[in-house]
Amino acid sequence: MIMRKFKEFIIEKLIFCCGIAVIFFVALIFLFLLKEGLALFKIVSIPSFLFGKNWYPISEPPQLGILPLILGSLYVTVGAAIISIPIGVACAVYIAEVAPQNIKELLKSGIELLAAIPSVVLGFIGMVTLVPWVKHAFGLPTGLTAVSGSIILAFMAMPTIVSIAEDALYSVPRAYKEGALALGATHWQAIYRVILPAASSGILAAVMLGIGRVIGETMAVMMITGNSAVIPSSILQPVRTLTATIAAEMGEAVVGSEHYFALFAIGIVLFLISFAVNVTADIFLHKKR
Amino acid sequence: MRRNPQKTQSIAFFFLFLATFLVVLPVGLIVLVIIQKGLPAINWQFLSDIPRQGMRAGGIFPAIVGTLYLVSGAIIFALPIGLLAAVYLSEYSKDTLLTRMIKLAIVNLAGVPSVVYGLFGLALFVVFLKFGASILSGSLTLGIMILPIIITTSREALESVPYSFREVSLSLGASKWQTIRHIVLPNAIPGILTGTILGLGRAAGETAPILFTVAAFYLPRLPGSVFDQAMALPYHLYVISTQVPNVDEKTRYGTALVLLTLVLFMNLVAIVIRYQFRKKKKW
Repeated sequence: MIMRKFKEFIIEKLIFCCGIAVIFFVALIFLFLLKEGLALFKIVSIPSFLFGKNWYPISEPPQLGILPLILGSLYVTVGAAIISIPIGVACAVYIAEVAPQNIKELLKSGIELLAAIPSVVLGFIGMVTLVPWVKHAFGLPTGLTAVSGSIILAFMAMPTIVSIAEDALYSVPRAYKEGALALGATHWQAIYRVILPAASSGILAAVMLGIGRVIGETMAVMMITGNSAVIPSSILQPVRTLTATIAAEMGEAVVGSEHYFALFAIGIVLFLISFAVNVTADIFLHKKR
Repeated sequence: MRRNPQKTQSIAFFFLFLATFLVVLPVGLIVLVIIQKGLPAINWQFLSDIPRQGMRAGGIFPAIVGTLYLVSGAIIFALPIGLLAAVYLSEYSKDTLLTRMIKLAIVNLAGVPSVVYGLFGLALFVVFLKFGASILSGSLTLGIMILPIIITTSREALESVPYSFREVSLSLGASKWQTIRHIVLPNAIPGILTGTILGLGRAAGETAPILFTVAAFYLPRLPGSVFDQAMALPYHLYVISTQVPNVDEKTRYGTALVLLTLVLFMNLVAIVIRYQFRKKKKW
């Protein structure tokens, strides 16, 4: 009996430890990014890192300004958002409200599969199909541009937007819709005037998380945006994002060099962006309930 | 004159349908194109041979094995922790600040960009703990990355077990842990399995976290221990499509097909298990 009590005590403590392990891991990630990244700011000031216009990490002395990379990420992200938000939200409305029950399950599975396609496969498909198309359509010297990245990334954001927005629409109380219909509204009027506003905070969260996914996406973007770390003047030019810079250059950076520290500092920036996006989205999701 | 609401509705629904079509159609197209162009490359030699002539010929066997090792390692690490964390959240936690923090941490862990996981794995496992670029470092990095998937799905599965099941067990004199062990967990197994398989699929397809922690550009032999580097399918696809010139188109599509099949197969299995489970549910 005492043995059993003791055993249970141990197991429950173990379960508790695993529960708080998640917090531990998030802290660990942040700490190790800080440990390797903060060393950079002894050499370069934070403003000249964030707003420096030149990224020449291996010149002598290295110039470590990430403004071109931030703008690269921004261009690609804004483009992807413009494409994916209307389509994603409309698709969520269709699945939640309009689609017949049996098709609904099929569509949801389809969107789950889209989410499952590895980003390197999407990048590869983008390289062999979309990139030549963009090159011809716009008469460009290369199809590896911000706009190609935006299109592929839009497809990576859509599953997130659709599934979370669909959840938000689904959790609007039935009585709202029935009330609108009883007052003589058409189904579409009920959706547009009642259900969408009622689900707005959830949809906003869906959009934020979708954009968060786009900012953090690495492989596809590295394969199709052309990887040129200069300040872009149009979306039809090659760009390089924050994520792609880390992925492309870390292999060559010497552990402990300024370049190495700078790549970790970019990691800190990305971590903080994703932290802000997720916490805000979480607040919106909880406001709803 | 007022617009006819019925007509407006038809137009609106048409556009909603169009949007859905735009989301789902590319999935079908991508899969079809890869199957059509990749299938001719698939033969026994391609699957079982090492890459030859600077990866322009031969097979992808070491990459397949490397991915299997990495995925197994990730799940061995993540499943126990993830499952117990889910048990904590579903069975033990109360509505406290700590619980709220754990949930927020899960959301954040799921949102951390994959390349940041790569940096983290490099800093902690490769450099600080001196595991080097190895299967161990890569598996642990991938394991932490898939934790949120396993926790979220397992927790949903545990919470969907009706409360009355627990009450009956407790009223018969079973302790809390006995109730969880013999009543709650067995009833939640299909859901937990779904989460595990989804985690496996995610780990198999990710490239950025393994870039600096394990992936070998070209390693024409099988890894001998967990401290060895290894090739991996997604990284191999990246390498032959961007880093090596003049690789046969067929070889690239073939590699993409093998990777896509592996990942989509796992996802389909997860969807089927969930579907069967919902259909058979006794309560």
